[in-house]
Amino acid sequence: MTGLQILPLMLMGLTDILRHKLRSFLTMLGVVFGVGSVVAMLAVGEGASQQALDAIRKLGSQNIILSSVKPPEAGAEGVQRSSRMNNYGLLYADETRILETVPGVVQTVPARFMRKQGILGSQMLELRVVGTTARWFEVVSRPLLAGRLLTPRDEVGRATVCVLTESGARKLLAGRHTIGQTLRLGSTFFRVVGIVKNAEGTGGMQTPDRDTDVYIPMKTGIERFGEIDMQMSASSRSMERVELSQIIVEMRATTDVEPGMQAIEAMLRRFHKKEDYRIDVPLALLREAEATKRRFNGVLGSIAAISLLVGGIGIMNIMLASVTERTQEIGIRRAIGARRRHIVLQFLVETCVLSVGGGIIGLVLGSVIPLLITHLAGMPTVIRPYSLILAFSISAGIGIVFGLYPARRAAQLDPVEALRRD
Amino acid sequence: MSGTADAAAAPAAATAAVLQLVDVVKRYQVGQEQVNALAGVSFGVRAGSFLAIMGASGSGKSTLLNILGCLDRPTAGEYWLNGVDVAQMSDDALSDHRLHNLGFVFQSFHLISQLTVAENIALPLFYQGLSREEQHERVLRLAAEVGVDNRLRHRPAELSGGQRQRVAIARALANNPPVILADEPTGNLDTATSRQIMSLLTTLNAEGRTILMVTHEEDIAGFAKARIQLRDGRILQIDGDIQS
Ligand SMILES: Nc1ncnc2c1ncn2[C@@H]1O[C@H](COP(=O)(O)OP(=O)(O)O)[C@@H](O)[C@H]1O
Ligand SMILES: [Mg+2]
Repeated sequence: MTGLQILPLMLMGLTDILRHKLRSFLTMLGVVFGVGSVVAMLAVGEGASQQALDAIRKLGSQNIILSSVKPPEAGAEGVQRSSRMNNYGLLYADETRILETVPGVVQTVPARFMRKQGILGSQMLELRVVGTTARWFEVVSRPLLAGRLLTPRDEVGRATVCVLTESGARKLLAGRHTIGQTLRLGSTFFRVVGIVKNAEGTGGMQTPDRDTDVYIPMKTGIERFGEIDMQMSASSRSMERVELSQIIVEMRATTDVEPGMQAIEAMLRRFHKKEDYRIDVPLALLREAEATKRRFNGVLGSIAAISLLVGGIGIMNIMLASVTERTQEIGIRRAIGARRRHIVLQFLVETCVLSVGGGIIGLVLGSVIPLLITHLAGMPTVIRPYSLILAFSISAGIGIVFGLYPARRAAQLDPVEALRRD
Repeated sequence: MSGTADAAAAPAAATAAVLQLVDVVKRYQVGQEQVNALAGVSFGVRAGSFLAIMGASGSGKSTLLNILGCLDRPTAGEYWLNGVDVAQMSDDALSDHRLHNLGFVFQSFHLISQLTVAENIALPLFYQGLSREEQHERVLRLAAEVGVDNRLRHRPAELSGGQRQRVAIARALANNPPVILADEPTGNLDTATSRQIMSLLTTLNAEGRTILMVTHEEDIAGFAKARIQLRDGRILQIDGDIQS
């Protein structure tokens, strides 16, 4: 007996798809919508999740904030203080070491704080002068209201330019028109180049800016005002030298924050004899980010489960119906002499082609719908690879299983049984 | 399978039955009740016979033919096929037996409606693994033989009942089977068409093929050379060249 080869049987499966055009189309449509809806719904859910997490990140959930702290003085209260120079706080070297040794760091932003009298026109105001770099505005994201932000060029050129916060500007009666005017800080004149919005609400420790900040390039600040801060009070005069008042460390993700903090703490403890620093992490934000992520994972899980269930049932029904409808045909083929596995192979080819073909079209559809939603409704959508893989593999899998199962069952019947069905 | 033409030419050598049933029982469970569609049937068929299985509706004719055609298995009893016990044969072996040795003609034709006439006729050849060219050649000859060669590209739904049965017969002949099983082949046809189909079957028998045919009509049974009369799943009467 020569017997039937596999290839012609597969070809028979393929031509059969074309013979049953309407049925093939409807079956495929079931898979297309099954896959498409899962991908699209997950994209909408992921978009919402992303948006919520972004909002939290904007508040600084990924930032670790190191601050210089005056260490508690050993010995009696201020007897010899007047003649002493007090050296403490974060060092330039600390920033370098963090960048080089702590894993998960995206960037660091140094800052030096000074209190200065600011004079703009006829207005006078005590301001916090923040000497920092252009990167400050990347880490502490505040919308620009007018003018421009500090740039790396300002720093290289030691430019005497400054950026005001909105409320500081308002107190100085400055506005849009103030851009380009000069603000006097101490004895130095700075050109106002921009105004940024304040943090919403009261600045917590995750928002290191203050109401009345004025930002200047750090190097300009050191050059003009020096590194020594002199403070005079009624009874004493103290001199302090602090290299950096603050270092903001931006981590790659919220999950890097706590390990990062521990690594930084270990490093600082090694290089600082006194406890002249403080490390703050936005714990509340971290918890909120975690809770949000958990909540959205629940939401996304439910979306995936429900849409896969609904899509899967749809695919299952149409496959079961279209193949069960062909039980008699299977009986005829068996009566003529087809072996069980000839039947199974033919239907395997058919259901695979329909399921995989429908699945691929479904992926395309499922990717286009979110784009349309974003475009038309302005809702953010994010398509993640896992959703494509999940939707495709489960839907195509269900299609193949429930296409093959009735064919296999019909092939297992005695041919008379299969012939009797119609 | 041994040549059926030889058997017809040398009746003395053909005393051994090709098909032998021994006390065959087929029992169906319908709800609480058991129905004996066949209640102990024994007989043998020699190669080259033309046997009519007769009886009232529900007497077990189709059940018997399906068992003879290996489409169904007996509940009890033995069925010997060329000296082999069918109960010992695997499903694949039974499929191969149908593929190479049997041709079926049904009352309701059982053509595949999505396939053309040519594709329906070619189906056994396809499962035998013949090339497309060989299939095509055989289909043309068979269609001409039964007179449907001008309908090859049509679907079964576009044919008359008589034409459909001709297509079914062409398909049954495609594998050149020594045994043809027909279950009320004229049951859905008018008298004139019935006669044409019967003369076709008579010719096939004259060529040496064994024909097993179910019918409840006397005049149709008249074409056969032997008859078995069934009632309630038992053999009532045997006429002609049949071993009991
Ligand atoms: N699949 C089945 N399930 C239950 N009973 C059946 C089945 N097939 C046949 N029968 C019963 O077996 C008996 C014989 O049926 P059948 O062989 O089709 O008769 P016939 O072909 O002579 O009209 C009938 O009583 C019928 O109801
Ligand atoms: Mg019947």
